[in-house]
Amino acid sequence: MEIEPIDLEAAGYCVNSLGSAIGMPQLCDAWFANQIFWLVVALVAIYLILTKVALPRVSATLAERSGTISNDLAAAEDLNRQATDAEKAYEKALADARAEAQRISGEARAAIKADLDAAIADADKRIAAKSAESEKQIAEVRAGAAASVAEVARDVAAEIVTALGMQADRSTIDAAVSSRVKGN
Amino acid sequence: MEGNIAEIGQFLGAGLAAMGSGIAALGVGNVAGNFLAGALRNPSAAGGQTATLFIGIAFAEALGIFSFLVALLLMFAV
Amino acid sequence: MADPVATTGVLTAGDPAHAEGLSFHPMDQFMVKPLFGDYGDPVYWYTITNVTLWMALAVLCVVGLFVLGTSRRAIIPNRVQSVAELAYGFVYKMIEDVTGRDAVKFFPYVFTLFLFILFANFLALIPSSFSPTSHIAVTGLLALAVFLTVTIVGFVKNGASFLGLFWVTSAPLAIRPVLAVIELISYFVRPVSHSIRLAGNLTAGHAVLKVFAGFAQVAAISPLAVLGVTAIYGLEVLVAFIQAYVFTILTCVYLKDALHPNH
Repeated sequence: MEIEPIDLEAAGYCVNSLGSAIGMPQLCDAWFANQIFWLVVALVAIYLILTKVALPRVSATLAERSGTISNDLAAAEDLNRQATDAEKAYEKALADARAEAQRISGEARAAIKADLDAAIADADKRIAAKSAESEKQIAEVRAGAAASVAEVARDVAAEIVTALGMQADRSTIDAAVSSRVKGN
Repeated sequence: MEGNIAEIGQFLGAGLAAMGSGIAALGVGNVAGNFLAGALRNPSAAGGQTATLFIGIAFAEALGIFSFLVALLLMFAV
Repeated sequence: MADPVATTGVLTAGDPAHAEGLSFHPMDQFMVKPLFGDYGDPVYWYTITNVTLWMALAVLCVVGLFVLGTSRRAIIPNRVQSVAELAYGFVYKMIEDVTGRDAVKFFPYVFTLFLFILFANFLALIPSSFSPTSHIAVTGLLALAVFLTVTIVGFVKNGASFLGLFWVTSAPLAIRPVLAVIELISYFVRPVSHSIRLAGNLTAGHAVLKVFAGFAQVAAISPLAVLGVTAIYGLEVLVAFIQAYVFTILTCVYLKDALHPNH
């Protein structure tokens, strides 16, 4: 391979005639100015990019994210509290409903008991009235029967006396029958 | 190259200087090993000390790099 | 430097003695070349080179991730937006944890450094690409910028009491001057180690990849070499991220010294 000889005068003293480095390229002061110039340009460019665009944007995004996260956490806390409240309200409603049901059933029971008691009392009263009437009737019947017996006895006695050929006066017979009937 | 005493000295010096890099490696290993020993004793404190570890390694290594640089200078720049 | 062949030894491509056999060019991948025109054209400070190309691609990645990716501003993000927000949160938390809450105004600055290094590192892993962060000129400028920022902010915020950083009041008075000298040296070595750590890691990784790729020229060991390249490539993906992370976190540590020098 033919390597074109290079102009050593122009290239400086860090490159040999074959285009290879002489010594350490890092120590070649002919190149320092170029490196330093472009380094300054690069650093200034990066610094400007960072301070003008990148860092405000990234820090804003990070702040926004932490804000969003804390907001979401607060919202979650809020929702959690709401859920707890709702559960409490539900349980309260349940307890109320249970108490109400108990009250209503108690009332119903009381009402039924009152009706029942009234009905029983009424029935008792009616039964008592009926039995009193019946006893009265029985007493009447009995009295009527006793009177009839006395009548019959009187008539029979009068007839017997007559049949015996005697004359009996009416009041004597009555007294005798009455004493006999009563005596029995 | 034959019989060039100066060149022999140059290369010998470069080789000797390069030994410094290896000796610096002992120092770096010492730093890292002691850090590990401490970290295993107290793992909870190790996390906060990694920066210190790297600073220690950097200082130990810098001197090895110096001897490496001397070797390079002897090889290429003398 | 007059004779390139003599000064660079066996690894130079131009060495006629080794042109036939194994030829490694582990350093050629770091060369700065003009994008348009010939190889040997001179490189001026304004020339559009491969440095320009790969840095522009890094900028485009930032635009793609942070401008196009977040354009929906969605509350529930898609993948690209999540990655952008993840990167934002990662660096923001880092600066908040390491430097403190009052350092958040430096966040765009630190984030710029992080994103540039991260994308430059990752783009450099594309085969036959160019890695700007392996160059000491690039990382040196980044580290120097951090160093100057820290020093200026330190003095503006704390005045002369920033010098208390070097006067360790918890130490006995007799050794405080010695400590002050050591602290001062370590303070000024910071930008050096800060930049060389990044450039050195990247250079080392990429050079090793190239050397292993060079071994693949030998048929007998080429399967091993390809396996080695694969393994090192995996390591380099890790290194690309870790070095960006380390550079950023050290920036945060240094900034903490500027803002709170007394602890």
